[in-house]
Amino acid sequence: MAMAAASAERVLAAPVDLNHTGHYVHWGVVQISVANLVVVGLMVLVFVAAVLLPFPKGRGRR
Amino acid sequence: MKPLSRRTAEPESAAFPTRPYDLLKEFTIALVVVALLTAGLAALFSSPDDKPVTLAAWSAAAPGDFTATAVAELGATSMTAQYGPPYNDTPGAGQKIGPLGLQRAAGVRIPVDTAEDFVLRPLRQAPEPAEVTAALAAWSAASTDRQQTWTAAYADALGKAPNGDPTQVAPGDYGPVPALAGRLLTLAQAGGLDGQLLAQGHFYQTDYTKPVLFLADGTYLAGLADGQHLSGDQWGMMNETGNYPGQAWLWLYTFWYQIDPFKSSTNADALIWALMAVLSLGLVLVPFIPGVRSVPRWTKVYRLIWRDHYRGQR
Amino acid sequence: MSDPATSREVRSGGWTGAVRRYAVRTLPPEKLLPDTQPAYMASWIYVFGVLTVSALVVVVATGCLLALEGPGWWHVSSVGKYVNSLHLWSVELFMFFMVIHLWGKFFMAAWRGRRAMTWMTGAVCFLASVGAAFTGYLTQQNFDSQWISGQAKDGLNAVGIGAWFNVLDFGQMLMWHIVLLPLALGGLTGLHVLLVRRRGIVPPIDATVPTPGAVEGRL
Repeated sequence: MAMAAASAERVLAAPVDLNHTGHYVHWGVVQISVANLVVVGLMVLVFVAAVLLPFPKGRGRR
Repeated sequence: MKPLSRRTAEPESAAFPTRPYDLLKEFTIALVVVALLTAGLAALFSSPDDKPVTLAAWSAAAPGDFTATAVAELGATSMTAQYGPPYNDTPGAGQKIGPLGLQRAAGVRIPVDTAEDFVLRPLRQAPEPAEVTAALAAWSAASTDRQQTWTAAYADALGKAPNGDPTQVAPGDYGPVPALAGRLLTLAQAGGLDGQLLAQGHFYQTDYTKPVLFLADGTYLAGLADGQHLSGDQWGMMNETGNYPGQAWLWLYTFWYQIDPFKSSTNADALIWALMAVLSLGLVLVPFIPGVRSVPRWTKVYRLIWRDHYRGQR
Repeated sequence: MSDPATSREVRSGGWTGAVRRYAVRTLPPEKLLPDTQPAYMASWIYVFGVLTVSALVVVVATGCLLALEGPGWWHVSSVGKYVNSLHLWSVELFMFFMVIHLWGKFFMAAWRGRRAMTWMTGAVCFLASVGAAFTGYLTQQNFDSQWISGQAKDGLNAVGIGAWFNVLDFGQMLMWHIVLLPLALGGLTGLHVLLVRRRGIVPPIDATVPTPGAVEGRL
């Protein structure tokens, strides 16, 4: 039982540890964590990609 | 026939040429993709879980701060004691939006008497050494003025002691206050106060109002939060402990706290809430707000989204 | 409004019949579950609505998994911790997709053609989601919850809401987080999707319906 719990622990342990001290960007009055900046940046990037990338037309019109 | 609108009515979407489309297949694919993405992100990054601060941990790590806070609760000079509604009826306390005082209008619905609830009752409920019984009796026999003179003098002396250390306070006339604060510190360090502030006559309990208010009146919790970049003046609402993304969607709400006139206003919370209520209503009513509803036409992003359609029309 | 073919039916079935006729009239099966879409619906931006709904399904499902073992489970079990991580990251994805969906619909002015209610229910969904996420942070029973509730009480108290909606009351916040807000958000999302199905996908700005001859000629 204890061994099963220990192996579950090992399997479920995150390979990327985000619990270290946070990194922050200061820009005038703006302060934002790098993590939030990455999320927002990805959002903008995905939005732009969604608008610009060609949508497959292979489904056939009728 | 529909009544004629100001503009040419939008054509029905059913009137346009169509292409085959499988709604449920698309939904199933999306669901699988999102489930896999979630499982992957969770496995890769886990989730933050910084341990809560107990009163025991606080009083052990920062006995000076704990004692200063306890004395402020006893003398009714703490943040909570001076808060006003919904906790107590401090004259003049309560934020306003212009002439509109919603905080006072709501009334005292969650009564908190900081001296009684945070200090005196826990002391009475715990086993009382003789000097604490005597101190409690001296406290309740004294006038309010006398009580406040004692707490003010002791708070002052604590402030001057090295590191606010209660064991190094210069001698003076503090009445029963050092005995009361000292005993509360002992109780807290032993872990008893955590349970006492929560239970208050109940067995089951789900309301943490009192322990959180007491904890938040000290500087220890705020210091930890500041170190994690969570303070109000650090855009803290958006942030999370460690390197995790936080509630980034609160960017506009937390932004207002960083600039004047809000930054320096004593009514900042009320004003910003009012502003955000108006802006939220604005978001909901975008279709009806002249100018805002025309932004899509001006920006022409739609020409990119429907470029196939417009190319076909030419 | 009188239609001779249904006039006999109009009187039959009482309330139930009336509701059924209304439902079928407003959302006939081929509108509710269409197997075609307008040809102008050809952009990746259209997938973010269904991605948002999918993420909401994962959020609710992982929340239900957490509910199985109760609010304290994830602090003491590595499996629980992983389920909590699933819940967190599905919420991140949910908000991520929803905001892109919102941007897309804004730039398409998707409220045109009697679709204002669709926009409005969507916007309220966004606000309800912010509230749901917030109460989630309050019910984690960790340092975050202590700090966030201590800070958030001031805003709510300043406008009088805090007197009833007490962010320091864990029990109350847990109920809001796992009962009231999911019900509201689920209901609003359902309504939002039904409105989309009822009104159809908004045509491009300034689009005109092609004449039948032209359509056949072009395709």
